[in-house]
Amino acid sequence: MTAMLSTLTTPLAAVGAVCLKTLREFGHIGIFFGRGVLGIFSLPLQIAKFVAQIYFIGARSVLVICLTGAFTGMVLGLQGYYTLVKFGAQGMLGAAVALSLIREMGPVLTAIMITARAGSAMAAEIGIMRNSEEIDALKTMDINPIRFLVSPRIFAAVISFPLLTAIFDVIGILGGYLSGSVLLGLSSGTFFARVDSSVEMQDVTGGFIKAVVFGVVVATISCYEGYYTHTRPDGFGAKGVSSSTTSAVVTCCVLILVTDYIMTSFLL
Amino acid sequence: MSEAFIRIEKLSKSFGENHVIRGIDLDINRGEILTLIGKSGVGKSILLKLLINLIEPDSGRILFEGRPLDDLTKAERKAFLRKMSYVFQGTALLDSMTVFENVALPLQERRGVSREEIRRRVREKLQQLDLVDIDEKYPSQLSGGMKKRVALARALVTEPEVVLFDEPTTGLDPIRKHAVHSLITDYQKKFGFTAVLVSHEIPDVFYISQRIAMIDEGRIVFAGTPEELQKSPNPVVQQFIGGLDSEKNSFRKVNRCPRAEGI
Repeated sequence: MTAMLSTLTTPLAAVGAVCLKTLREFGHIGIFFGRGVLGIFSLPLQIAKFVAQIYFIGARSVLVICLTGAFTGMVLGLQGYYTLVKFGAQGMLGAAVALSLIREMGPVLTAIMITARAGSAMAAEIGIMRNSEEIDALKTMDINPIRFLVSPRIFAAVISFPLLTAIFDVIGILGGYLSGSVLLGLSSGTFFARVDSSVEMQDVTGGFIKAVVFGVVVATISCYEGYYTHTRPDGFGAKGVSSSTTSAVVTCCVLILVTDYIMTSFLL
Repeated sequence: MSEAFIRIEKLSKSFGENHVIRGIDLDINRGEILTLIGKSGVGKSILLKLLINLIEPDSGRILFEGRPLDDLTKAERKAFLRKMSYVFQGTALLDSMTVFENVALPLQERRGVSREEIRRRVREKLQQLDLVDIDEKYPSQLSGGMKKRVALARALVTEPEVVLFDEPTTGLDPIRKHAVHSLITDYQKKFGFTAVLVSHEIPDVFYISQRIAMIDEGRIVFAGTPEELQKSPNPVVQQFIGGLDSEKNSFRKVNRCPRAEGI
């Protein structure tokens, strides 16, 4: 009887343990984020570090965002045209491209691209600092490492993500116009008239809200993974840094898609 | 008996099953140079990290001027930590910052220190440590010895009351090693700071330390003056000091081996 009970409860206990561990991890991440946000507002303000991080996360991502935005828009234009033409509704291409980009693809793809470019760099840089005792050194100098390293990155991500999303959206719409109108012959007037009539302020605001949330998620998770590299089972040396970087990128991408679904269900 | 500047009482620290520090009692007097010696891996660096609060002890306490650190308010604790500096074994310089920025960092993060004052103090420290014309270089562009001296400059730039040195001369050539030892003693005389040194440089540390404490298996097996250490009947102490002599003898034997002589 006891053996049977144990067979039944062991898998339950294992599931419970995993759930508790995940909850605890989310609690840690929440506290980590809270301390990061507090650091943004604590005096003296770290203006130079904020600007440097906005340059790194924002300005240096512009090229990659323009490239991905242009090709995403062009593909949307092509696919959308050949789908809509079957129903004789190719005139709706402008609306299809603009709404897909502004509501969904712009914020999500921008966040994923910045995760790949800047999120991985954040995790790796902070992870290396952890393993070479630089974070301990900051503590011995009475410098709050979270304020010093994490706060500027969270601030910069919140500023940069919506701006880069806006660039992605605009370039994407132009890409859609290029393939739909310039290459496939749809009238320019029809394309832009549909963009103008279908996109509402609510769509733009929703996209920006998503971008801000993704910025918080990417900066917090990437910094968290790097900061706690040493607590991972394989968290030492180069392997530890590579492992925390991989984990940061994967976790960010998954969380971007999960939070996107949750937010979309509330914003629609 | 006068009160110790820093008193360590029954301090213990374990990492899983590894009991690194096992109930250490030690007094550190104001203005002295105390050197911690012992075999590698006996917990000397961990003791320094416990002192500067980088690691929390499992049990025991540290008293600063008679007051347990646990009883200090947040502001008092912060003030205590500001009086301390730490020179890491691996230097722990921030690789993405220049030498100047590294040394200036602890001052920049403090309120009320002007830019001119920071520049003056950083230049002064770099000059005193014979680190000229490397302000704009990054740590990765420096030799191991130079990195050590930059780390030392960063630790001393705040003019701390207590400096914890974790093997400050490891990897330095004999001339630089002597220079660093001289610097520690000179600064100690000039500013009167208290220094706790982890070092394997025997007999060099005998000349610069007022007191020496030896750690073995997580416990203090000896604490006293260098003279007392050399006369100590404790077999662990004698084995440690004697081990160095026997090593020298074995090197001599290697030099006298027939093949070497035949060359």
